[in-house]
Amino acid sequence: MTTTEPEPTIAASVRNLTKTYGSGDALVRALDDVSLDLIAGEFTAVMGPSGSGKSTLMHCCAALDRADSGSVHVGDVELTRLKDKALTALRRDQIGFVFQAFNLVPTLTARENITLPLDIAGRKPDREWFDNVIATVDLGDRLHHKPNELSGGQQQRVAVARALVSRPRVVFADEPTGNLDSHSGAEVLELLRDSVDQHGQTVVMVTHDPVAASYTDRVVFLADGRIVDELRDPTREEVLERMGHLTELAAGTKRAAENNTERGI
Amino acid sequence: MFRVALKSLLARKLRLLMSTFAIVLGVSFVSGTLVFSDTLARSFTSLFASVVGDVVVRPVGGTTADGAPSSKTLRPALVERLAAAPGAARADGNVSATGVYVVDKDGKLVGGQGAPGIGTGYNTAPPGHGLTGLQVVDGRAPETSGEVALDEDVVDKTGYELGDSVPLITAGETATLNAELVGVMGFPEGGSLNGATLATFDMETAQDLFLGGKDRYHDIWVTAEDGTSQEELRDAVEPLLPADVEALTGDEAADESGEALMEAISFIRTFLLVFAAIALVVGAFLIVNTFSILVAQRSRELALLRALGASRRQVTVSVVLEAFILGLVGSTAGLALGFGLAMGIRAMFSQFGLELGGTSLIFLPQTAIAAYAVGLVFTMGAALVPAWRTGRIAPIQALRDDVAMPQSSMTRRMIIGTTLVLAGAGAMAAGLFFDVPRAGWAIGIGMLLVLLGVAGVAPVVTKPFLAAAGWVNAKLFRTVGRLAGQNSLRNPRRTTATASALMIGLAVASTLAILGSSTKASVDKAISENFVGDYVVSNAVGQPFSPKVARQIADVDGVERVAAQRFAFLPMRFGSESKPRDTVVIGLDPDNLDLIGVKFTSGGADGFGDGTLVVSEQFAEDRDLAVGDTVSATMLTGEKELEVVGIYETNPLAGDLVTTNGTLTGGGFPDQDNSLIVIAPDASQDDLDEVVATLPIVTVANQQEYAEAQRAPIDQMVMLIFALLGLALLIAVLGIVNTLALSVIERTREIGLLRAIGLGRAQLRRMITLESIVIALLGAALGVGLGLLFGTAALWSLRDQGLEVIAIPWGQVGIFLGLALVIGVVAAAFPARRAARLDVLQAIATE
Repeated sequence: MTTTEPEPTIAASVRNLTKTYGSGDALVRALDDVSLDLIAGEFTAVMGPSGSGKSTLMHCCAALDRADSGSVHVGDVELTRLKDKALTALRRDQIGFVFQAFNLVPTLTARENITLPLDIAGRKPDREWFDNVIATVDLGDRLHHKPNELSGGQQQRVAVARALVSRPRVVFADEPTGNLDSHSGAEVLELLRDSVDQHGQTVVMVTHDPVAASYTDRVVFLADGRIVDELRDPTREEVLERMGHLTELAAGTKRAAENNTERGI
Repeated sequence: MFRVALKSLLARKLRLLMSTFAIVLGVSFVSGTLVFSDTLARSFTSLFASVVGDVVVRPVGGTTADGAPSSKTLRPALVERLAAAPGAARADGNVSATGVYVVDKDGKLVGGQGAPGIGTGYNTAPPGHGLTGLQVVDGRAPETSGEVALDEDVVDKTGYELGDSVPLITAGETATLNAELVGVMGFPEGGSLNGATLATFDMETAQDLFLGGKDRYHDIWVTAEDGTSQEELRDAVEPLLPADVEALTGDEAADESGEALMEAISFIRTFLLVFAAIALVVGAFLIVNTFSILVAQRSRELALLRALGASRRQVTVSVVLEAFILGLVGSTAGLALGFGLAMGIRAMFSQFGLELGGTSLIFLPQTAIAAYAVGLVFTMGAALVPAWRTGRIAPIQALRDDVAMPQSSMTRRMIIGTTLVLAGAGAMAAGLFFDVPRAGWAIGIGMLLVLLGVAGVAPVVTKPFLAAAGWVNAKLFRTVGRLAGQNSLRNPRRTTATASALMIGLAVASTLAILGSSTKASVDKAISENFVGDYVVSNAVGQPFSPKVARQIADVDGVERVAAQRFAFLPMRFGSESKPRDTVVIGLDPDNLDLIGVKFTSGGADGFGDGTLVVSEQFAEDRDLAVGDTVSATMLTGEKELEVVGIYETNPLAGDLVTTNGTLTGGGFPDQDNSLIVIAPDASQDDLDEVVATLPIVTVANQQEYAEAQRAPIDQMVMLIFALLGLALLIAVLGIVNTLALSVIERTREIGLLRAIGLGRAQLRRMITLESIVIALLGAALGVGLGLLFGTAALWSLRDQGLEVIAIPWGQVGIFLGLALVIGVVAAAFPARRAARLDVLQAIATE
């Protein structure tokens, strides 16, 4: 994993990360000795077939899950040795999330949802930044509506704003467009792209969708828990092609494994 | 559909367990009460059957109301004559008296608290029907004076051993004595004296102690020969009896003495069942709430069933079926727990002097039937509303993301709730202020309706409270507080239904608290206004004592006057009434009327002598009495006309009727005093104490101590009721735990999200605790408010009967609110812990 950029700032990084689920025959290597640098101010996509470990990788980076071995840094902080309290604080102050299923608090208005991370931390929002975020979300008079009164696209834009409002070091987005139609999806991706271009926000997104991936600066491909490929300034076609290749590869590995099992190896 | 219902129950074991708890507790209270009262009844019936002979011969009117033998007696010659009656195997004369107490090693009285202390002369008279009665089970029977045999329970309690010298107290002329313990009496075939104590002397000593040394008997048992029935023997005995002496079969005698006690037992049963009902109503709220939440959480699943072709009815039935299974399980567990509870109640009552000894618990089939009926009816009834609502879920909702349960409209809720409140208030008013039959029922049902109505309108009317609580929380705890506040507003129905359970318990508790404190205040007021004595000499257990005490007190330096007071319980007929009513009459010497605060409004003390009465204004009004009227009273010696010579201002110290002590002794009542009022401004209490030093049961109290003693039973009663209400509170706490736990489950994903974006575990726990406290405080505020209202209304209706002071027990109100706070914190502990332990990733991924 080398980059040609001169001295890029690393927003987060993982080294030799391994995580397994189950044991014996049922052992699954979700992450197999993965090392990766996430460069500050870049929009990175993590792609791969189902079960390639991309969500696990993101969860480990985002202090939501723990790896079996290896290290994770967010900024200068090493996560693997932190206790729950410190991890909670880190999530609150350094990391932003966007989930596939929006995950807004139904009792709070859109605006309250956006300020929630700051409220929990007991901080006042930076007025200018806050207005900026609100403006980009472009909710207009719906800011005081409850989530169930908003459309899916609007809800996800609120979720993006919530992730941005505390100016986290990294925003992680897990299939942010998975539950949206293409139009709403595009709006959300534009929003993420803008935050990178205009404010230098670091964004990492896990996705299946080559269209979504085409909004990013860099695509990292995972298969069977390893990083197998990488693409800079991807187009939809390039991504599709690599993905197709990966899927074939994965299918092939699977077939080979099955054959091996049959032959008793 | 049955399989679906069963599977859905099993899939939710924890929630199942919690909602079953409410049913278990309610049912256990019902079955525990029934088991306890059946046991009580059985132990008394077996006791009574084994303490009467085949035929009992006794003087007419032979017992006073409290069971003490009268001053009339039977001669030994009659015993011999009866033994020779055809069909009689033998005849034995008995001597027995009450007011005989054993003093334990610490100088304290054994038993007391109202249970009789019985003294008897020893004989071997067999009980009727060949039953095994009270017998010497250890040691031997007393043979000479200075020897005594005691019952097993007393020996167990005091730890006296054979050969020990036991101090005893009697109400006769010989006030105290010491006797050597030579034997232990007991029921070898089971049975107990139910808290009464028994001291058996040899017959001669007993006659010395209780009959002034005359060779007489209080009654005679005639035992039938084999083949002679009790009735035949009675008929054979009757012609041999002198005038004023009657013969009863043992069965009649047992029924007669049992009747009064059975009445008392049925009162206890009703009393306990009222609390069982309260527990069940509270439990029903919990069930309604639990089912509503469970159904709401499963609404998508239920909609799916509908989409797959299940009819509306099938879906509804499946929920009712779940309730049925739950009710069945809960009732079974409740029945089992009921036994434990019966033991608990038994232990509690033994604290109040009703010892049931080792009688094993009685389990009748009716108890099981009642338990299952109550459990099933309440569970299924409570599940009906949520079940019916389930049927209204549209199949299309299976495909939607956020399924909202159809809710009844708030307007309809308001209308129904308000109607209930009005109907309840009406019923209460009718019971309180008008002369309706079964006023108690009207008041009780009225209270219930008001409570249900308030629970109904609560979601609407308590919104401001919840909003205010949310605002306070937000001010105090910022975001965590605001989230908590919004959570309790999220589903006001659920919040208020949960709070309502607590409301009911606390409403009853505060009603009682205000009644109790007002009664005490009224007693205080009456004593300070009317009580002119400096000291009161009385028997701690309400038993009479020897008139010697009065004479000795009068001799103490500085004592100016001593007024001996006696109490009698007389059947009396007023005016044209055909049936006599039992009425309490106070006996006093004629010149002492001023000592109990009597102020005449008509007539006066001048004509007050033997054969006359003075009555209170209130009583005169109720019974339509005027000076010059006569009242017919059934004395032990027969009926006697008493003339009303004065009417006085109603006054609790004087009671309703006052006659002279001479009237009572003339009527066959024993020459014993119940209390003495002492005017002795200059006497020292120590000197007075010295007089009664040898009489541990007789105490000297100054005005303040006397007032305290009068208040003590009220406190005791209120505490007993609080203990019983504790159960309802426990169910209410469970209700809050349940609601919170279920809502944590329901909000798993949201909690995961909050944790993911940085809410700490402590903050999360605080949020849930705040929610819980808001619910508890809401319940407490509603409950205490309603309770004070109920209590004040009840007091207002009782203001004619001496309860003129309305004292609101602010201290207790404060305790209730504090308790609610504690309940809130405690109830939140488990759900909060659960929420804090949720795995963030899994929680977010939850559907």
